[in-house]
Amino acid sequence: MRYIEPHGHMVSRTTDDYQDMALAGCAAICEPAFWAGFDRSSADGFYDYFCQLTEHEPKRAAKFGIPHFCWLCINPKESEDTKLAEEVISLIPQFLDKPTVLGIGEIGLNKNSRNELKVLELHVEVAAKHNQLILVHTPHLEDKLKGTKLILDVLKNDKRIQPERVIIDHVEEHTIQLVLDAGFWAGMTLYPESKCTPARAIDMLEVYGNERIWMNSACDWGMSVPLAVPRTALEMKKRGHTAELIDKVIYQNPLQFLQQTPRFKLL
Amino acid sequence: MTRQQILDLYFMDARARLIDLAAFMDRVERADGEDDFRMSAFREALKELEKGNPDRAKRVLLSFSDPSSEPIERAPGKGAIGAYPHTK
Ligand SMILES: [Zn+2]
Repeated sequence: MRYIEPHGHMVSRTTDDYQDMALAGCAAICEPAFWAGFDRSSADGFYDYFCQLTEHEPKRAAKFGIPHFCWLCINPKESEDTKLAEEVISLIPQFLDKPTVLGIGEIGLNKNSRNELKVLELHVEVAAKHNQLILVHTPHLEDKLKGTKLILDVLKNDKRIQPERVIIDHVEEHTIQLVLDAGFWAGMTLYPESKCTPARAIDMLEVYGNERIWMNSACDWGMSVPLAVPRTALEMKKRGHTAELIDKVIYQNPLQFLQQTPRFKLL
Repeated sequence: MTRQQILDLYFMDARARLIDLAAFMDRVERADGEDDFRMSAFREALKELEKGNPDRAKRVLLSFSDPSSEPIERAPGKGAIGAYPHTK
């Protein structure tokens, strides 16, 4: 089996996780910028984090033979403070030329507030200006439907944004159709408690098709499973899906999206 | 897969989850005090299971969702609760 982990917060994971992922056939890991679990106190904290994502973490992954890429932003969970967000966003362009930066992400909304929306628009502006791919985080639980709709409105209203260069992550049964119908890519996040189980992710593939869709573990410092993608591949096999289809969903599809930036290169 | 094969693969898991749901509701009702909008939302969502629609998962998710469309003035915190207080 070969697969791409298109969304993993590896700075929060151990070397054992890297080893397990390498053994399971992980061909690349992409790490979106994320909330640390606590609020960083200044833009300097983000500068250090962006250095960690662009310099240190690729070296750690390389020890296990896995290419590591990243996305940069200030996470929507820290977007209520727009002054801090503006400072952080102004740091991003100097990192965009780093060899493993894929684009802007994971941006989006968390509680669907006006300030979060404003910061989302600032990020979209940076992405459009620098012709970057975009990875979008959609809100959790009761906030997801409304947030997804608000995010789609922002993206659709900006004529510079090409939907095929944007992935909207953490879709579930009530948001996937909205995302695919608007021409965007959809990411399904396999979480043990919230978001989506392997069985439901496979249901969505069967109902909504396997084009413009990927699966990820979004493993981070919370309850999450770094091997969620290969485990779901195994469940696809149990469900009678062919090796070709499994390879398409867990390898070819993310490859197709990510190769839209020349930065994404497999070993 | 045939319907029989799907049952073979998932019935035991679904049965266990259903018993967990039943035990959860018993546990809540055994405990002292009042429940809140989460339990009302839970009971509303349960109704979706018996309606016979082919998209029950979507309908359950919709029933737990914030139905409004305007951004809120200020984020009250970072977390989500899992249900929307329709009466607020
Ligand atoms: Zn994430």
